[in-house]
Amino acid sequence: MQQIFNFIFKNSNRILFLLLLGISLALTIQSHSFHRSKIISSANFLSGGVYERVNNLHEYLNLKTQNEALALENAKLKSLLFNRKDTTVVKKLDSLKGVKPEDIVVSKVIHNSYNVYENYLTLNSGEIDGVKPDMGVINDLGIVGIIENTSPKYSTVISILNKRTQINAKIKKSNHFGSLNWNGKSTGYVQLTDLPRLALIKIGDTIVTGGQSVIFPENINIGTIAKIYRDKQTNFYTLDVRLFNDMTNLGHVYIIKRKDREEIINLEKREKDE
Amino acid sequence: MNSTLLVNIFRFILLLAIQIIIFNNMNFLGYISPFPYILFIILYPVNGNKSGLVAASFLLGIIMDLFSNSGGTHATACLVLAYFRPSIFKFAFGLSYEYQTIKLNDVLTPQRFSFILLSVVIHHFTLFLLEAFQLSFILDTLITTLLSTVFTIIICIIIIYLIKPNKR
Repeated sequence: MQQIFNFIFKNSNRILFLLLLGISLALTIQSHSFHRSKIISSANFLSGGVYERVNNLHEYLNLKTQNEALALENAKLKSLLFNRKDTTVVKKLDSLKGVKPEDIVVSKVIHNSYNVYENYLTLNSGEIDGVKPDMGVINDLGIVGIIENTSPKYSTVISILNKRTQINAKIKKSNHFGSLNWNGKSTGYVQLTDLPRLALIKIGDTIVTGGQSVIFPENINIGTIAKIYRDKQTNFYTLDVRLFNDMTNLGHVYIIKRKDREEIINLEKREKDE
Repeated sequence: MNSTLLVNIFRFILLLAIQIIIFNNMNFLGYISPFPYILFIILYPVNGNKSGLVAASFLLGIIMDLFSNSGGTHATACLVLAYFRPSIFKFAFGLSYEYQTIKLNDVLTPQRFSFILLSVVIHHFTLFLLEAFQLSFILDTLITTLLSTVFTIIICIIIIYLIKPNKR
């Protein structure tokens, strides 16, 4: 017994090191391997609060560009409103529930990272505003990411510039779909893989979100085709997609709440169980 | 003793704050960012409590992880640096390490520089290796390590010269 204690006292430094190394390595490996299981995330009182303060200061510096972006978006919406084909037909609301299938929460990016392989954003709205994990995040130009973790006042978003994102996307004109992911190289481009060779594509075609996703509504802009790679072995294309969004400069974003999401998931689960 | 403890606590908070508020937003060429917060580990007293340093480094790293959504990569890198610090001392300063008369907060000599260089390289390599977490990215990892090391060292030396205690 004495010897055991002696051993522990003698090597206390090494034992402490190994113990803490085990903890931190476990956290690292866990954060790389599982979806939405991060214990250490910036959606919490401390870092959310600090980022919000810093962002408040920083915001004043680009008020002008933010205003310009908002004015542009307003103009776009106005033109949509004025140029409706038949102004007498108003799209019907879902009269049973009395609500639209999609609802939108306005939020602000208070922290943005884009220089590592797994990038996350922090937003200043959380569970109090009804934000839940796996909701889609967009802005007026295109998609931004998917909500990963939430706290009462803040939430983290897994950016499209993240090796672990997989989003269903399609060619706008032909409905052929593939999955969107990032190879970690450039912040302006993402990759669309598993697109069937049957699809007729050319450089400059628009890529939008596909209808298979329960996170994003259909037809939200992503980007345009910049480069086409033909894989000799498989029957699939890999495309470089140039993003409409500048992911390094994000201000206000919209979080999409889909009312029928749980219904679809439950239905698909029932299908699988049978 | 008490004043060194206070100085270290102050340094811990100050370095973390400037790292998070200023240096985390610095992205030179898009992907090179400096990490001068490891100055806390580098400047920790030579004859200080070793277990204290290991524990404090873990705390330092985990707070960085909390702010940058990086799982446990900063914590691991800081721990590795803190644990191997005595060996780096022995390598850089040779025999005089045994007498424990080294002061890092002073004019830059080749020994001091080699100590800082080795520390930064070890920390950054561990950090970027765990961040990529894929061997196919090893070349990118090495390049990022190299460039960020240069950047971090320049800022570290500037900070050391700025906070150097006045002798007169």
